[in-house]
Amino acid sequence: MAKTLDELLKQPSEWMRGSGPVSEIVVSSRIRFARNLDKYPFATRATKATQADVLKVVQDALEHCPTLNDPLFLEMGELDEVDRQFLVERHLVSREHIVRADHKAVAVGRGEVTSIMVNEEDHLRIQVMQSGLNLPDAWSIIDSLDDELSEVVPYAYSTDWGFLTCCPTNTGTGMRASVMAHLPSLVITKQINKVLHTITKLGLTARGLYGEGTEASGNFFQISNQVSLGRSEAELIENIERILKEVIHQEQASRETLMANNRPQLEDRVWRAYGLLKHSKIMSSTEALDLLSAIRLGVDLGLMNGLTRSTVNELFLFSQPAHLQKLEGKPLTAKERDTKRAELIRSRLSMRN
Amino acid sequence: MVCEVCKQSQATVHLTEIVNEQMTELHLCESCANQKGAQVESHFGLSDLLSGLAEFSKTQEPEEVTSKACPTCGMTYDDFRKVGRLGCAQCYQTFKRSLGSLLKRIHGSPIHLGKSPVRLTKPSKTKGEITELRRKLERAIEREEFEEAAKLRDQIRRYEEQARRPER
Repeated sequence: MAKTLDELLKQPSEWMRGSGPVSEIVVSSRIRFARNLDKYPFATRATKATQADVLKVVQDALEHCPTLNDPLFLEMGELDEVDRQFLVERHLVSREHIVRADHKAVAVGRGEVTSIMVNEEDHLRIQVMQSGLNLPDAWSIIDSLDDELSEVVPYAYSTDWGFLTCCPTNTGTGMRASVMAHLPSLVITKQINKVLHTITKLGLTARGLYGEGTEASGNFFQISNQVSLGRSEAELIENIERILKEVIHQEQASRETLMANNRPQLEDRVWRAYGLLKHSKIMSSTEALDLLSAIRLGVDLGLMNGLTRSTVNELFLFSQPAHLQKLEGKPLTAKERDTKRAELIRSRLSMRN
Repeated sequence: MVCEVCKQSQATVHLTEIVNEQMTELHLCESCANQKGAQVESHFGLSDLLSGLAEFSKTQEPEEVTSKACPTCGMTYDDFRKVGRLGCAQCYQTFKRSLGSLLKRIHGSPIHLGKSPVRLTKPSKTKGEITELRRKLERAIEREEFEEAAKLRDQIRRYEEQARRPER
């Protein structure tokens, strides 16, 4: 297991592996549990001293969690801005977790499948990530990890209301199961709003690439359960899977329609994106996301030979600001990043051909 | 779109400001918007509709309930209404009544059907029966038969306690 954050850079992140069920549409599946320690006030009322205590208790408890498998433990306060952002880009911590970072920490399990944020909105935010559409495996891992923890740490729990969380929208199971889906065809054919509108009526919610409050860039949508109380975890997961299958079906159908009726336009879109990525000298992250989304669709539809989904996924990750700076080994201004990004993409794309 | 202040992060907050009768549009990233003092959080997510929901129940609560402080952390229901976040586990007990109806409004049902911490449940021979009872409970809740649901819940609890006892 990586012993420093820098070693993470050398391994593919779980959510970018590009494998697993339905991986031509679903990037990753993730489940998170919100948990609090009994007897300690929640983040809203916690003093620095309480937070330090919570951190200590959790750090000791992690030793009793074989599922974590020798985790990398990082205190957020000790990391610089780039390293913190790096963890956000890899979906190991939330964007909220890198502000006011004192006494916050994250434990990252082997292969970045598991991670535990300490002192986020709740004392513990346990997360398990799987490539592709695979909530059942994510569930069985997080269920064991949570059991291991709950044996050594007393949780705030009531038999009536389940796990007691800082925000009442998480009370009960404390669970949010989400699936990151790439839905370019639904966007191109302008059906996406209808689809998103429908899923919100069915108890689900859709967000952008980096969670709450982010824009849906690169045609990525995070779809997750809205309620956490009054249903069992299994039922909540089943509900997401059932609806997700329908969304996937819609995306597949619209991809087929595009291929059947508008193949030249589609190929043109994909290859123009490739041309820009292959030859540009300056590339913003927004532009990169949009173009990479287009060539990902091209790969998924078999329009581009010689390019693999994992190469495209890798570019998604490495063209993000903090990853670029980690690769370069020094802080870069936005302008410098745009040049470096273009350079990185050009060289990786020519490498593969 | 890039944030107009730091010119680095992506702008996710779009504001229209009117200063001296001049309308300006601002596109900011969340952290710059926060610094600008914009109430960014109120734009996003179900959790932020909360204070609104809690506000709704205000009319039903007598003054003594809303100003009662949690003995453990000192939070009042008024504080909660402002931030939408609770102060500690004890708050759930302190504001039991108001929270009960709030939880029902958010989630559609106020009864936990999910897993429990390992310390509280020991696997036993009656596990199958309990699963069956839970299924009945879920159905009762679907039909909104809360009285029946409460009976089933107590029954499940008794079973779980019995299952635990011999091992202690």
